[in-house]
Amino acid sequence: MTKKYLGQRITRNEDPRMLTGQALFVDDVEIPGMLHAAFLRSDYAHARILSIDVSAACNRPGVVAVYTAEDMGDFWKPGPLLVPAPRGIEGAFFHARTQIPMARDKVRHVGEPMAVVIGESRYLAEDALADIVVDLEPLEAVADLERALDPDAPLVHDDMESNLGSFVPQRKGDYEAAREQADLVIQRRIVIDRGAAAAMENRVLVAHWDAKSQEMTIWDTTQAPIPLRNGLAGMLGLAEHQVRVIAPFIGGAFGPKIMMFQPEEVLLPWATMKLNRPIKWIEDRRENFVATTQERGQIHDAESALTKDGHILGVKDVFLHDSGAYDPYGLTVPLNSQNHVMGCYDIPSYYSELKMVFTNKMIVTPVRGAGRPQGIFVIERLLDIAAKELDIDRAELRRRNNLQPDAFPHNHKIIDQAFAEFVIDSGNYPATLARALDMIEYEKFIKEEQPALRAEGRHVGIGVVAFIETTGVGPYEGARVTIEASGKVSVATGVGTQGQGHFTAFAQIVADQLGVDVRDVHVVTGDTAHFHWGTGTFASRGAVVAANAINAAAKGVRVKVLKLASKVLGAPEEELELADGMVRVADIPDQSIGLGELAVLANPMRGAVEPGSEPGLEATDYFGPQYGATANGTHAMILEVDVETMMVEIKRYVVVEDCGTIINPLILEGQVHGGVSLGIGNSYYEQLVYDDNGQLLNGSFMDYLIPRSTDMPPRIEIGHEVTPSPLNPLGTKGAGEAGAIPVPSLFAQAVEDALYDYDLEVLEMPLSPNRLFELCYQKGS
Amino acid sequence: MSNLKTITVTVNGKHYTRDVEPRLLLSDFIRHHLGLTGTHVGCEHGVCGTCTVLFDGESVRSCLMFAVQSDGHEVTTVESLGDIDNLHPLQEAFMEAHAVQCGFCTSGFLMSLIPFLEENPDPTEEEIRDALAGNLCRCTGYQHIVDAVKLAAENMAVQS
Amino acid sequence: MKPAAFDYYAPSTTEEALAYLDQFGYDAKPLAGGQSLIPTMNFRLAQPSVLVDLNPIVDLSYIRPHEDGGLLLGAMTRASQVERDPLVAERAPLVHETMPSIAHPQIRNRSTMGGTMAHADPAAELPAVAIALNAQFRIRGQAGDRWVSVDEFFLGMFMTVIEPSELLVEVRLPPMPPRSGWCFREIARRHGDYALVGVAAMVTLDGGNQCDQARLVFLSVEDRPVPARRAAEMLQGQTPTAEAIQAAAETAATEDIDPGSDIHASASYRRQLAKVLARQALTQAFARARGVA
Repeated sequence: MTKKYLGQRITRNEDPRMLTGQALFVDDVEIPGMLHAAFLRSDYAHARILSIDVSAACNRPGVVAVYTAEDMGDFWKPGPLLVPAPRGIEGAFFHARTQIPMARDKVRHVGEPMAVVIGESRYLAEDALADIVVDLEPLEAVADLERALDPDAPLVHDDMESNLGSFVPQRKGDYEAAREQADLVIQRRIVIDRGAAAAMENRVLVAHWDAKSQEMTIWDTTQAPIPLRNGLAGMLGLAEHQVRVIAPFIGGAFGPKIMMFQPEEVLLPWATMKLNRPIKWIEDRRENFVATTQERGQIHDAESALTKDGHILGVKDVFLHDSGAYDPYGLTVPLNSQNHVMGCYDIPSYYSELKMVFTNKMIVTPVRGAGRPQGIFVIERLLDIAAKELDIDRAELRRRNNLQPDAFPHNHKIIDQAFAEFVIDSGNYPATLARALDMIEYEKFIKEEQPALRAEGRHVGIGVVAFIETTGVGPYEGARVTIEASGKVSVATGVGTQGQGHFTAFAQIVADQLGVDVRDVHVVTGDTAHFHWGTGTFASRGAVVAANAINAAAKGVRVKVLKLASKVLGAPEEELELADGMVRVADIPDQSIGLGELAVLANPMRGAVEPGSEPGLEATDYFGPQYGATANGTHAMILEVDVETMMVEIKRYVVVEDCGTIINPLILEGQVHGGVSLGIGNSYYEQLVYDDNGQLLNGSFMDYLIPRSTDMPPRIEIGHEVTPSPLNPLGTKGAGEAGAIPVPSLFAQAVEDALYDYDLEVLEMPLSPNRLFELCYQKGS
Repeated sequence: MSNLKTITVTVNGKHYTRDVEPRLLLSDFIRHHLGLTGTHVGCEHGVCGTCTVLFDGESVRSCLMFAVQSDGHEVTTVESLGDIDNLHPLQEAFMEAHAVQCGFCTSGFLMSLIPFLEENPDPTEEEIRDALAGNLCRCTGYQHIVDAVKLAAENMAVQS
Repeated sequence: MKPAAFDYYAPSTTEEALAYLDQFGYDAKPLAGGQSLIPTMNFRLAQPSVLVDLNPIVDLSYIRPHEDGGLLLGAMTRASQVERDPLVAERAPLVHETMPSIAHPQIRNRSTMGGTMAHADPAAELPAVAIALNAQFRIRGQAGDRWVSVDEFFLGMFMTVIEPSELLVEVRLPPMPPRSGWCFREIARRHGDYALVGVAAMVTLDGGNQCDQARLVFLSVEDRPVPARRAAEMLQGQTPTAEAIQAAAETAATEDIDPGSDIHASASYRRQLAKVLARQALTQAFARARGVA
């Protein structure tokens, strides 16, 4: 097989449709007779519901129905626990308290739905929200992560003894013994606050029950159409084949769109069956800030023990993880944090306690990075502080502790998000680090440029941090590849797509296997009518799990093509080649047949398909990795701080990325750029500010600051290292989240370096100019 | 609805006469009344720029205007640019430079850039970044969009 | 985020508009560029029952030279027109310099001169600039016109002296004396955001290169734009040396303003920014007055 496309900078198949406004997004779906939903959401973070009177709303012209939890009867149920807790960790516990479709007895976060109005237009439905009279008894809110565990703290869930939702202690080796031997022990408290995923497209849903055909069609901005279909069919008492979930083009997701079953996802399908009319709900931006899941809030009490020459003997980390009001996503996020503290380093002993805490805030589920940025922040900060204390160069300290290329597979010996021991498959960490240092000209900057700049009174700092990213977790994905009579190839897979270039990257793999033009491969994702099995797009797994399933299916078709062509062309299979949409006998170009023609022969109108064979040139296959692949990288940046205003300007940004085999460098670079921009947001711009009552104070794009074009570095320079994963035939590792993961750690280090004369230690994220001003000029606040 | 207003508006050169409620946002009118769904809506408070269209030739947020205000005016949306088989040079450049990921913010960028490139046919990178600052993109980190605008400017200069 | 229902009137003359405002009183709201009003309505934080759309009143959109060397700006003149107008650049360079700091081109294509003044957002740029330039406002009611000086115009957050039955129809910018310099500076979290602090400076030198007059006005520090009066007095009659400017900037930041705290900036951080911006703006303005910048 010639690899004409794999690894090439192929422009995207899907772009012409997107660029001309012809790509279907959920809000573009218009169905005659469609109704529109608007949700009445709690303004309180914690309150008891005494009564809800919807009569006036029901009487408003244009309102078709108003529902509260009462109306839902037996259909009202807490959602399923999406990810169960890992078993077999001694001393660990987990209490599942999953979200509910509408609040019944009390509300547990601002934005929790209490009623839904369904009307002839969204405008009218919003009018009717003002007619609903709700009598609430406000309760003290659990807003502060630490105070939530006070013995006298109010309870988010009344049936629990405390707000501690889960406790997971993990240990490797004997940290206390390591501490005894250490020359240096560093102890710090590290605080990381919440941010939003803030995809440009909010969540949108259209549910259409067709009573005559007895079919439910749901267009949903979900990352996981198949599990959603399966779950909804169960809830609604329908067969799976009666429910079709379509996730068409999705306007960015970044994690929260994997969350299910969102209250709206449960209510609309139920209501469309009751009303027998299609219903659309468009989440507006205000709702997105209070009704879509968030991430990152953690407090770590972290400690590292080192020798005087900078070797880590052990790390200890006791941390609180803010789960928000419910915990439907299990422990994925905090387990990732717990794992990533080990990073790309050889850490002989580790003791970590994860405490997941319920608060009266929006639910936490993965947001691009999914707990990993916090873990990396902890270890990288500990290393930076050690470097200063020991007077060892930051890069050198990392080099000394890096896992070496011959260390793989390396078992970190704690349980990871896949509930197995955290094993790193492959990598070359010293090479990535060295390359990044080289690209940013670290030595030259430190020795020549920085002293000169400092002499001028300028505050320009450099940072360099290394990170890993666990990617490509199971369980599996599948795909069906078909050569059609036109000679074009269609591919169907169960994952959804939200901008990752699946229509091109997947097509490249198939085009190489079948020798066709990449533009002749038509990929369908995210439609349960096209493929029945699968999980979804999350955890940087598309290019690993789905791509390998597609590769396997394409190989299956290739086998069929060769077998049939061998018969038709009268030549042994070994002598056949697939190129230009044809099967040719090598060296005899006119002895050939087009794939389309072959497809017709494989699906004859007369005669018989031979026993033991199947009609058509089609194959379906699956891929499930033994365990997840681990990508890695090093980021470096140079930034300048104006010490009068505390405004920061990033002057250079270097990424060296190792995600194994690269399918399409153009798309990969795009993924990295986007990740870095979110990371810059997480470092300096984006913070969800809650007050003591659990009220979000900046729930708009005016006050929640997403980086703009002018906030980004002039250029993100990217270098690639390629260490293929041995865990899958393509050798790929995921890259979707990588860009975001190390940025806060990097930013902290570079800011400290820039403000070398301010005795600054950054132990929190995100920062802001105001916060930097406080840290530099108002010590102690 | 008692207070419907009849408006006549030219969208992409085509005249439409419709009865609308005064409160109907121009963005909703374009998308849901005219079915021109290439214009997307991201925040409805004028910050993200996703809904940018041209109003009498100038870029505006269509979520910050009422449809009634377009009576007698001209609106231009992304659908007026190239089509799938015949992209506008700016669209071509966006494809070439991989300036599109999820594609949701894209129309807003394109419609902001059309008048910008008319006024600034040979922009510097800094001018480009300033011109992009009124549109939010969550996927690309903007670098490829900057590249696309440079490329478009070069290609359009060659073609003109 | 859909606005509540309202009745809509689109008069084509000011007189007609005033008649509607008179008829509906407090229920009515004039709609100019709408770039602040419509988002507020989309959030349903404002629910006016009547909107009187001023956009069809073409007579209110103009930039005219005044015979005294100043400028007359119609209330419905778009920010983007002001930004591109050569006469504004010549006669009111402070305004010209300020325009790119106001939001983004898509907003400036709708936003109007009168709308931004009448809205009186303490974080808006042009009200502060108007104070620095000693602008005059022509306010029209059914009984006729009245002129209000900028020092009396702003009453507080989103509050001006305009009565519900009146319209701001024109802004007059007096001529800039010879040997004058100007500067607008602001610091925002991101390009186009409302400033954390901003400052508009206008200075005039006398024949001996001493400060004849200085006006320094801050935005985003209190409930309305705040002139730094003590700082201005300190500079008057002084040679604007770096030391004098620094002293004035410090006085401005510590005595002339009483900034508040919010999620983006604490009061003390705002004072710090005010001090830095005042120094930078005054330095640049004096340099321009001397003709060296």
